[in-house]
Amino acid sequence: MPRDNSIKSVLIIGSGPIVIGQACEFDYSGSQAARSLREEGIEVTLINSNPATIMTDPVTADHVYLLPLTIESIEHILEKHNIDAVLPTMGGQTALNLAMEADKQGLWETHGVRMIGVDIDAINITEDREEFRLLMQKIGVGVAPSATAKSFLKGKEIAQEFGFPLCIRASYTLGGSGAAIVYDKNDFENLLSHGLEVSPIHEVMIDKALIGWKEYELELLRDANDNVTIICSIENMDPMGIHTGDSITVAPAMTLSDRTYQRMRDLAIKMMRSIGNFAGGCNVQFAVSPDEKEDIVAIEINPRVSRSSALASKATGYPIAKIASKLAIGYHLDELQNQITKTTSAFFEPTLDYVIVKIPRWNFDKFEGADRTLGLQMKSVGEVMGIGRTFQEAIQKAAQSLEIRRNGLGADGKGYTDQDQVMEMLANPSWNRVFVLYDAIQLGIPLRRIHEATKIDMWFLRQFDDLVQVQRRIEAETLDSISRGLLLEAKTKGFADRQIAHMLHTLESKIHDKRMSFDIHRVWKLVDTCAAEFPAETPYYYSTFENLGGAKGLPMVSRNESVVSDKPKVVVLGSGPNRIGQGIEFDYSCVHGVMAAKECGYETIMINCNPETVSTDFDTADKLYFEPVFWEHIYDIIRHENPVGVIVQLGGQTALKLAEKLERFGIRIMGTSFDMLDLAEDRGRFSEMLHENNIPYPQFDVITSSNQIHDAAKRIGFPMLVRPSYVLGGQGMKIVINEEELEHHVVELFKDFPGNRILLDHYLDGAIEAEADAICDGEDVYIIGIMEHIEPCGIHSGDSNATLPPFNLGEWVMQQIKDHTHTIAKALGTVGLINIQFAIKDDTVYIIEANPRASRTVPFICKAYGEPYVNYATKVMLGEKKVKDFTFNPKLEGWAIKIPVFSFDKFPKVNKQLGPQMRSTGEKIYFVKNLKDPVFRKLYSERNLYLSR
Amino acid sequence: MNNTPSKSATLLLQDGARFYGSSVGLDGITGGELCFNTGMTGYQEIFTDPSYYGQLMVMATSHIGNYGVHADEVESDSIKVAGLITKSFSPYYSRAGQQTGSLYDYFKASNKIAATDFDTRAIVQYIRDNGAMNAVVAVGDYTLEEMQAHLDALPNMKGLELASKVSTKEPYFYGDENAPFHVTALDFGIKTNILRNLAQRGCRIQVFPHDTPFDVLAATNPHGFFLSNGPGDPQSMQPQIDVVQQIIHSGKPVFGICLGHQLIALANGLPTFKMHNGHRGINHPIKNLETGKSEITSQNHGFVVDKAALEAHPELMLTHIHLNDNTAAGLRMINRPVFSVQYHPEAGPGPNDATYLFDQFLTNMNQLN
Repeated sequence: MPRDNSIKSVLIIGSGPIVIGQACEFDYSGSQAARSLREEGIEVTLINSNPATIMTDPVTADHVYLLPLTIESIEHILEKHNIDAVLPTMGGQTALNLAMEADKQGLWETHGVRMIGVDIDAINITEDREEFRLLMQKIGVGVAPSATAKSFLKGKEIAQEFGFPLCIRASYTLGGSGAAIVYDKNDFENLLSHGLEVSPIHEVMIDKALIGWKEYELELLRDANDNVTIICSIENMDPMGIHTGDSITVAPAMTLSDRTYQRMRDLAIKMMRSIGNFAGGCNVQFAVSPDEKEDIVAIEINPRVSRSSALASKATGYPIAKIASKLAIGYHLDELQNQITKTTSAFFEPTLDYVIVKIPRWNFDKFEGADRTLGLQMKSVGEVMGIGRTFQEAIQKAAQSLEIRRNGLGADGKGYTDQDQVMEMLANPSWNRVFVLYDAIQLGIPLRRIHEATKIDMWFLRQFDDLVQVQRRIEAETLDSISRGLLLEAKTKGFADRQIAHMLHTLESKIHDKRMSFDIHRVWKLVDTCAAEFPAETPYYYSTFENLGGAKGLPMVSRNESVVSDKPKVVVLGSGPNRIGQGIEFDYSCVHGVMAAKECGYETIMINCNPETVSTDFDTADKLYFEPVFWEHIYDIIRHENPVGVIVQLGGQTALKLAEKLERFGIRIMGTSFDMLDLAEDRGRFSEMLHENNIPYPQFDVITSSNQIHDAAKRIGFPMLVRPSYVLGGQGMKIVINEEELEHHVVELFKDFPGNRILLDHYLDGAIEAEADAICDGEDVYIIGIMEHIEPCGIHSGDSNATLPPFNLGEWVMQQIKDHTHTIAKALGTVGLINIQFAIKDDTVYIIEANPRASRTVPFICKAYGEPYVNYATKVMLGEKKVKDFTFNPKLEGWAIKIPVFSFDKFPKVNKQLGPQMRSTGEKIYFVKNLKDPVFRKLYSERNLYLSR
Repeated sequence: MNNTPSKSATLLLQDGARFYGSSVGLDGITGGELCFNTGMTGYQEIFTDPSYYGQLMVMATSHIGNYGVHADEVESDSIKVAGLITKSFSPYYSRAGQQTGSLYDYFKASNKIAATDFDTRAIVQYIRDNGAMNAVVAVGDYTLEEMQAHLDALPNMKGLELASKVSTKEPYFYGDENAPFHVTALDFGIKTNILRNLAQRGCRIQVFPHDTPFDVLAATNPHGFFLSNGPGDPQSMQPQIDVVQQIIHSGKPVFGICLGHQLIALANGLPTFKMHNGHRGINHPIKNLETGKSEITSQNHGFVVDKAALEAHPELMLTHIHLNDNTAAGLRMINRPVFSVQYHPEAGPGPNDATYLFDQFLTNMNQLN
């Protein structure tokens, strides 16, 4: 059946601000859905309160509503537009919950709106664990023994019946809030009350824990004709007991026989059919017993596009959200085309000739006092995906993508070497799980012991073991003695040049030269959904190293599939994994940068490793290299593509910090020069510049040793802000009030950031903070927005509520801000974007810092004013346009308030007090017409709490 | 794992193309038609599938051997592929139970050759672009001349009859003696999972050698006939085509799979032809034109029935098509209880979406008996 022509206008509900458990993967799915529907000529209206998203951009939808995700907002939209259908499956649990609430209140019915892509009964069944269990029993699908409790007493009875260990999960919550494994009665009682408390319906599910069972996920698509296809199988390397969002996961499944896999496939299809009739995506999770019975038990089913669907889309190249949207409006799978090959059917099951590994990214350092052990509740804030021809290569690339100052697994001198500590960490997995496994093997702990402690399948442990063996073999060689075979083996197994250099006590560049001399070249392969069975058109690449081959009469080469065009090219460096301080905002800027460069006639090349993002959608850039934003990978791509230059201003600190090396290797940086980027980061040079321009700044010093503390303290005076240089999101930042505290923190910092410099700033107590973002072409400056923080100085700008424009800065202060912004932007030779942060005390504006790049606030300002500033800035960076070429026309009635959103509910014991370290995971936008608005007044009154501290 | 530098392996194609890999300790020289399979699971079933007899198998998926082998997961009594080429051959495996073992030992025990570290993706692309052809893989110390000599001795797949190499020599029974249905099967290289599927549905199957004359088959007076899958060019099997014609005319229900399907087509005067590189994988989309539903199927064929001729035939109906290239994937005789499919509804390996075809065969037998 072709598409349902009665659907002419669709409402898509977004997922709101980023929180742990619901991140920017829903921006990816929402954007894809909107594009997919608009391709069909359907008018798309979008609601989301998260301004830092591509989905809420005019390029994505016809009507965008940056409103709170509430019934009132939905009602407002339905009154204004003639909406035929609502698609609630693209915005995670938040969108589903809102759609269900609207349904309960009869909103859809009143306005004649159909819900598409979903079945309300299906949601109810899958969300209500007891109903789910009963249904599974009815259709003959195994489930873990479980029961629900709506009261404390009932919960205790269930525990007595099942015995420990048990899992407790709160019903209707996100990312496993309130879920835990319990081994004894005392913990059980505490967690039972917590679970009952966090569940909106005060219900918990208690299951017999399947500790050590292997864990799998399948991603399904179904059309209205009941055709079902499995897009991807994902194996959790960490078995049951760790939330899938916190698990290291691998696709395709590595340790499943065909027989067991097909049984699982049949069960998944049966389950999807049993929960209702809907056309769209579905995610099913299973546990498999590690014994010879290979029993399969259903864990849960999500009848919507999920976090795993985003991963599955990037892993296979099959755009699940895009196709799911087409299915929601009536298309059948066999009527659609495979979006990658463009010649074969969309009804098929992608097959992989490579392996992907996802590693989550945690930010425990931002949640002091948090329980860092991984468990049933998701705690990670982002993720990376590595693609390689083998598991080993993929996991090394994922480890290189994490940006936690590691070069991959092993060989960087940062491994743990204490046996007891390692055993302890194996038993209590945390953020360093993947590194600890390697270290344990390197220490010589038998694989059996590691398996007992972790329950990780022996096949994976053997793969790690093999990597350790390769390292040992290399360490027995020298740069001169290493053979081509061994070096190639190390490269095919994902070791970075840097790691090999560490093993051979030499430099990264020497290893690079060595492999050139051996003719070992990185090649790029296509992600094509079909293991090369059909030619594919879509330029989605990953790198690898290969053995030689070729046709008769031609030289034997490693086959490379990334053909270089003769068009002028520009590379955009992405922002890597989401983390606190560097999130979806930077992906927004990268995507707009790519689009702007395309408009200027460049072939655009995106390099990024974050599977949740729009920038890694193969439809975004002309060429996507899904690769670590890691020097070696970037450098090889640049050598291969020979671009005009590289844009480093849009991908946050991740991209910016690569500027120095690019400069050193003679690669052109588009926009602001490296020297000027460095000037902005170098406190000494920066302050000299301010001094020369008569711009005030707080007293400061830069120290490289704790011996300098005493003198510096005397000169600057307390209170003092202490932080390492070149970091983001206020990592390691602290306010100290006396020398003792200062000394303690400085010693800590030198330990955590060896070789770094530490900045000491006089802290302007009680000052007001403001920031400005501007576009500059070197001569002219245009300030795109000035925001005033509602909370006083001392709370990280990312965690402050802020208004655009300022709500109570006097004319004189505003003038100083504008003047300083102009002066600094020009003095820094800015070509592109710049963000400057100010502290205002006694009507004097002091400069705190300047960031010569797209900042976290840029997307917010673009959304609030309805202006494509990143597009303009990119054109300026590329030298295609000058500031005076643009007509600026910001539209905003009243004020836009930026409200940070936290995920503290995931860390119940953490001190929630805010300070100079950023801890929010997301943000929302809220428009007020005037300052009497109750939301603003509430925020404003709360600022006094901080002032009184 | 073996830590000494491994010996090298060379793959030489009929047209002179070469690819390099390394040894996993399963050394030697072997050759056959080079073909690839894109399935991510089910390697043991593939290696033991008689339809792959004599072929040099390139596995597209990265890792082979991870979950070892299992005594029950075989499609015949031995490894049928001539040799195996992989990207990453896993000498160790992980699977519980007494009936499991390593793929390495499994190959070693049957003196089969396998090699690793090949750019299998490049090889798949090469075959995709240049067509299926013969090739030789040599693992260990072999000269190019030795390889060339081996290659020259290989027969050409087109016009090659191979069913005789894999068919049973003696008739045998499979399934419960008291099963309600009796099926007579012609074995051109039958997969065990077909027998399992029929037996599960209440059939006792008597399996006959490929060259059994019709009167011997007819004498069993079965409820229905089954024509199996198998290797080789169907056009080279004239005696069997004649037998199939007689079977069709018997008026009994007939079900054919893969080669069996091609023989039914040939018996009806339809041509078959060799495909550019065939369908070999477990993710192939098929549309059932009679129900309008689609299914994901397991496939392994290098020859196909001419679709235009099938559609033009007055007594035949095209029932299934392959959604990727629109080739004929299933047929039915309009006035006879005869139907067949080009793909593998028995799975093993692959999805179970098409097992309804066995039910259909049972229904036909029920109605006519």
